[in-house]
Amino acid sequence: MSPLSRREFVGAGIAAGAGLVIGFYLPHGSGSRKESFSPNAYLRITPDNRVTIVVARSEMGQGVRTALPMILAEELEADWKQIEIEQAGASTLFGDQTTGGSASIRTTWDPMRKAGAIAREMLISAAALTWGVPRSACAAENGRIKHAASNRSLSYGELVGKAATLPIPSDVPLKQSKDYKIVGQRLARVDSPAKVKGEAVFGIDFRIPGMKYAVLSRCPVIGGKVSSFDDKESKKIAGVSYVGKIGDSAVAVVADSVWGAMEGRRVLNVTWDEGPNKDFSSAGAMVAPKLSLSESKAASLYSVGDPRKASGREISAQYTLPFMAHAPMEPGNCTAHYQGTKCELWVPTQVPQDCRDSVATAIGLDPDQVKVNVTLMGGGFGRRLEHDYAVEAALVSRAINGPVKVIWTREDDMRFSTYRPASFHNLVAKLDGSGLPVALMHGIHAPSISGQKGQPTPGNVDPDLPDEAGPVYGIPNYEIGYVMTNTPVPLGWMRSVYALQAAFALESFIDELAVAAGKDPMKYRLQLLAKDQDLPYFTTTWHTARMRGVLQLAAEKSGWDKPLPTGRYRGVACFGCFASYMAEVVEITMENDQPRVHRVVAAVDCGQVVNPGILEQQIQGGIVYGLANALRAKITIEKGRVVQGNFDDYAPLRMEETPSVEVYAVPSQEAPTGIGEPSVPPIAPALCNAIYAATKKRIRALPILN
Amino acid sequence: MADITLRVNGSEKKVSVSPETPLLWVLRDTLELTGTKFGCGAGLCGACTVHVDGNPVRSCSTPVSQVAGKSVTTIEGLGANGLHVLQQAWIAEEVPQCGYCQTGQIMSAAALLAKTPNPTDDQITQAMNGNLCRCGTYERIRKAIHRAAASGGAR
Repeated sequence: MSPLSRREFVGAGIAAGAGLVIGFYLPHGSGSRKESFSPNAYLRITPDNRVTIVVARSEMGQGVRTALPMILAEELEADWKQIEIEQAGASTLFGDQTTGGSASIRTTWDPMRKAGAIAREMLISAAALTWGVPRSACAAENGRIKHAASNRSLSYGELVGKAATLPIPSDVPLKQSKDYKIVGQRLARVDSPAKVKGEAVFGIDFRIPGMKYAVLSRCPVIGGKVSSFDDKESKKIAGVSYVGKIGDSAVAVVADSVWGAMEGRRVLNVTWDEGPNKDFSSAGAMVAPKLSLSESKAASLYSVGDPRKASGREISAQYTLPFMAHAPMEPGNCTAHYQGTKCELWVPTQVPQDCRDSVATAIGLDPDQVKVNVTLMGGGFGRRLEHDYAVEAALVSRAINGPVKVIWTREDDMRFSTYRPASFHNLVAKLDGSGLPVALMHGIHAPSISGQKGQPTPGNVDPDLPDEAGPVYGIPNYEIGYVMTNTPVPLGWMRSVYALQAAFALESFIDELAVAAGKDPMKYRLQLLAKDQDLPYFTTTWHTARMRGVLQLAAEKSGWDKPLPTGRYRGVACFGCFASYMAEVVEITMENDQPRVHRVVAAVDCGQVVNPGILEQQIQGGIVYGLANALRAKITIEKGRVVQGNFDDYAPLRMEETPSVEVYAVPSQEAPTGIGEPSVPPIAPALCNAIYAATKKRIRALPILN
Repeated sequence: MADITLRVNGSEKKVSVSPETPLLWVLRDTLELTGTKFGCGAGLCGACTVHVDGNPVRSCSTPVSQVAGKSVTTIEGLGANGLHVLQQAWIAEEVPQCGYCQTGQIMSAAALLAKTPNPTDDQITQAMNGNLCRCGTYERIRKAIHRAAASGGAR
């Protein structure tokens, strides 16, 4: 196989690393004898018949360490019980290793399948050569190549020596979905046993001999700096070995135990230069902006027809959402060992390559002098798309010239996070005589996460919006516009990112339109989706037929047409993001003016399902996460400081509030699409729509329990 | 600093730490039992739950001096002979996602089953409501506790 064709194979799904992949066909072991078979960076088979699949995405609970190997194992015709998993650190072999955007399955579906198929075909060739029989007489099955005519078979391990000498084929057949034996099966997650035994090593659990612990005192005011500090009291705490400034805005306290470091920080006396935001309050972010969609600053995300020229009964409403924090259970942490010309990190991260690069810059090394090991993560939800704690750990390790683990407390996590942007939404519709919208305008006013981080925002459009704020309905005159606002509040990508805001506004408004039309909100939506239409939106085309499919499935499974017991009310919402379609029906009662959610029926169309068990977990979890966002999640800033600090004033859902969640997937052989996030956006509007059904009160600002 | 003796998972351990050190950090940093997790440091999330003389306690808010001479059980000591019935049920119901809170969840559940071998839904909610899970696994936790109870409860 020529280098060019190999580049083509890898380029199919992971283009960014393609040029560097040339020559990565390197048998493991340095001897002249081929000791293992690694036709690509994802796979290694050794003569002892061990099949190791490398996972180049981070495991934060979403099941990639199980699901991604399933895809490769399917094409490899491997024995699933034989598979071992290896976590890739930051590498140039895998292209962009960012774990986010509900992208792990959809972006590795092709490369993982091809990686498995290439190996399978090479193993078949090796067996055919060994036996002197035609390739076509040989077949791969359950980790062996079989020759039915002579009833012979060889294990993959027995064939690796020969397979490793063969050229890598450039064009390999992929299996038909009807022949799948692994993909689509409810296989047990590979990581469960270690997690229930307490043996799973998360970032915070990792240790190296001689390691110290550090906590940092950071300026409580956004954008503030250290003016001076007095460490006299800190150094009296047993075990405290170092106190020093880290960067401009933090002081690290290093000790031989976490508790020692925390106590040292508690008595540390820092004087802050509070900087330009010392009087900033987030209340201003919730005020309706003066700009309207018609003004020139709005960038067009979607435009069909001309809503301004359309005529009909005009209805408008405004919706607001607050800043929110990810709050994963495992607080931020990173273990770093700086050794002059190299630095090694053990970090729970969604962005190993960004950690490598930003650490290299911070401590003055080349990126290839920084080794990043990716640990298990106690949740991510986007918080670990930042690399602040990795940089801190590297700087502290350099300062003390030894290994150190930086740990954030819960208050650190709450107050020094990056937050889901607060947003404002202006919705205008014009209804025809039957109450259906002939025109719809949705103006999204929100700061840009990427823009704030200095990343490109072509056309003044935040680059996440193309995955997260598309049209749902085929309305003849329809505009979605985006006005980029500014805020000093640090912004981050939080589970479902802008889709949560866009769906809350749109799907609440659609419900208002149904009310104005005097129609059942489910039937109203189905009527709007009755015609098969393709709605092109950036690189995705949304299909009304697929949205109608999930809505119908949710209607059927929830028994929408059947009466509810007295006191129970329903709400529905549907939305598409990360290329997947979701509909959710919520059943509630009202108790003391507050909603109690009893049941959620979720229907999804995410193409081919790789593992139905993991799919259910992701949707159930996304709905519980989304309910917490809807009911209570709100970060406020006063005098430049985040007010909330722990799980008392930023309270996630607990068991007593958790509904039963039923998950139904539309059978599909389409290529798989995102599943980590799409269940989050519809839940807030579905719940608010149920509250309207119960109370006739419309909620236009989150959180509900404000 | 003080020398404090406690029984952890059946073995006597002598540690030399300041007496107000939370049990959590003694377990994690001194005894290297990292199955017990740090989540909030304020007794709000339950990730640090261990048993002291059989009762569930939040180790992040329990000074080690308070457990001197007492018997501490952590997740590492829960299944003395292989997996505890709850750990088996957790696997069977595919409870863990990220898994970070699950050791604390299992310790709370084990304390419940030890006293209430066949808990009702309300009893489960009451016992488990102090344990947070951001992955949203509560429904499966409930099922796993029922499953464990049905299979014979705590050993």
